[in-house]
Amino acid sequence: MTTTRRIISLLAAGLAATLALSACGGSGDEGGPDAEGRTSIDMWVFAELHGTYYEAMAKQWNEKNPDKEIKLDVTVFPYDEMHNKLQLAVNAGKGLPDVVDIEVNKFSNFVAADGRTPLADLSEAAEPYQDDIVQARMDLYTREGKLLGYPTHVGAQVAFYNVPLLEKAGVDYKTIKTWDDFKAAGAKYNKATGKAFGVASTDTNITQPLIMAQLGGNLFDEDGNPTVNSPEIVEATELQQEMQKAGAISTIPGGSPDIEEAYGPINDGEYAAIVYPAWYTSRFVDYMPDLAGDIAIAPAPVIEGGEVATIGGGGTGTSVIESSPDKDFAMEWLAFAKLSPEANVAVWEELGFDPVNMSVWEDEEVTHNPENKYNKYFQTNLFDVLNEVKGDIGHFESFADPNLPKVDEVFTGSTYNQIFGDGVPAKKALDQAQADLENQLK
Amino acid sequence: MAVLRRLLYSQKAAPYLFIAPFVITLLAFWLVPLARTFMLSTQEVVFGQAAFIGLDNYQRLWEDRLFWKAMFNSARYMVLTIALLIPIPLVLAAAINSKIGSERVKAVFKASMFVPALTSVVVAGVIFRLMFAESGTGLMNQIVGVFGLDPVRWLRIDTGGLIALLALAMWRWTGVNILYFLAGMQAIPEEYYEAATIDGAGKVQQFFHITLPNLKPTIVYVTTISIYGGLAMFLESFMLYRGNASPNDQGLTVIGYLYRRGIEQNDLGFASAVGVVLLVVIMTINLTFLTLSGTFKKESAR
Repeated sequence: MTTTRRIISLLAAGLAATLALSACGGSGDEGGPDAEGRTSIDMWVFAELHGTYYEAMAKQWNEKNPDKEIKLDVTVFPYDEMHNKLQLAVNAGKGLPDVVDIEVNKFSNFVAADGRTPLADLSEAAEPYQDDIVQARMDLYTREGKLLGYPTHVGAQVAFYNVPLLEKAGVDYKTIKTWDDFKAAGAKYNKATGKAFGVASTDTNITQPLIMAQLGGNLFDEDGNPTVNSPEIVEATELQQEMQKAGAISTIPGGSPDIEEAYGPINDGEYAAIVYPAWYTSRFVDYMPDLAGDIAIAPAPVIEGGEVATIGGGGTGTSVIESSPDKDFAMEWLAFAKLSPEANVAVWEELGFDPVNMSVWEDEEVTHNPENKYNKYFQTNLFDVLNEVKGDIGHFESFADPNLPKVDEVFTGSTYNQIFGDGVPAKKALDQAQADLENQLK
Repeated sequence: MAVLRRLLYSQKAAPYLFIAPFVITLLAFWLVPLARTFMLSTQEVVFGQAAFIGLDNYQRLWEDRLFWKAMFNSARYMVLTIALLIPIPLVLAAAINSKIGSERVKAVFKASMFVPALTSVVVAGVIFRLMFAESGTGLMNQIVGVFGLDPVRWLRIDTGGLIALLALAMWRWTGVNILYFLAGMQAIPEEYYEAATIDGAGKVQQFFHITLPNLKPTIVYVTTISIYGGLAMFLESFMLYRGNASPNDQGLTVIGYLYRRGIEQNDLGFASAVGVVLLVVIMTINLTFLTLSGTFKKESAR
């Protein structure tokens, strides 16, 4: 009997651990400014760089507002841990921060299908800046008329071409306008060099939605039911599968261009064309120093007669927790830290992201600053490309759907691996994804 | 003081007082959470607000392909770890226990086999992930390269991932199981072997007719914890695939699925249903096994 008892207690420990996961108690902060007139704000982020950025913005705020200073306390967690911790804290109603960065694929976990949410409506604090902000990026974090998060960047998808490699293979990137051109160029390049041209991501859902959106597809119908095997989605995926067969795109170690395993091969010239959001500039500068001066930024390929030219990819919404005692103060500071022109200049200069405040895009002094490390690195200027597609940056509605996290998980967990890794026909893999999702969402 | 003394000397009350810490721990950390899990599994929890939905979670679970995939993965892992981690350590333990070889060498061997159990799974998982990397420079790919084979995309194919998981389990648990078996073997009286030698039994016969039958309690124990350990495996896969997502969910285990639905997707009710089903499955297998192996029979009846 002792053995069974031991098993039972082991099991119990496991179960207890699973259930007893609750966040640590709150800090006991009752809100309002302290004796020195500073208001304490707790903030959680999942990227070190973002933390540094917010601290810089807190400093700027304090210089401008000596009468209501902020005492910002940023905690950086790893990506998964932060979102899981936030989710548990939200369920427990305890141990929450005042302000938090939420990644776009996780954002919908914090808004129930019926609109219930622990996040505060930020629309009012955004008003002074509203007109200059790319609306599509605000829509991304808007649910039932409530703006629940401020965007960090546009993340407009662009193409990055390795010019010397392309020239050697006789390919001129300037002639690539549509995906058909991209496919032909890729096939030619692949034939000439035997190397991969573009990337077929198995572990991220970023480039694929671009083509889905260009074709006018959607991952959900009007009632929010998944439609991942609808004609446009199948067509977009088949198009990529054909590109893979033609040699224009190939799988990459690590499953996506944005992961440590992939930076090495790209830096070594194993891949010559990356279609990814504009914030990928920072990855080139930080992780691929050997390619300095080789990379040209161009508009992402389009579908002839397609719905939109490009969409934003990835993103981080910054939210204020509704139950925070310093809610109003936090909102005011956050609007300054994320939407003001000063903040957006910093977003470009510090982080290398394409800022959401369009007034910055036209400020030549900022965008064409020859001292800027991003401008030094690339052959073409990012903002020239962005201004070219500016009026045509679409909003992919599916990105704001409450069930996006589940679709994202099925796609990056199985579907894309089946399609690009195992060569399963796109339609078949998407049919299975649809069946899985229908059951999960029942 | 007087009350306490009376309590401690009372024949009736004292035993309860002494077992109280255990009973309280059991209630607080087992029965209460268990009851809460059953309750949660019939609810839908959104941002801390729970609504009763009956057996809906169980029905969804039954129809969920991914749950069955996770169940299959866990069961397969459990069966294979038992198939590997009982016979191999048993033979190694018999070799260490035998009179052949230098004692010092055997002691070093024993100690070195045990070290992996002391290292953290987190570290081990990271190292194994690098060993089984898909590039040609990974350790395993260099090894297959020696045989003139192409690099294998280990963690992206089902069999490759399974081999990596089993290798990790072997590396980690062989030494522990050797110690269990060794302890069992050293408790077998020397006289049995002497008598058998006099009767003319060889080493192999002695192993099968003396060592194995006398080791039965140890084997039953090791098997029981391996059934639990195999079905409840999570961290190894989590570290190997750097997170809970693996290609085609080839590394998804039942606990991994529980974690995904409960913690990552905010569906605590459904996750609790997964936990309850896993508990029932493990208890059924183990109780059946323990009954069949005669563990529950009275000492005299064995």
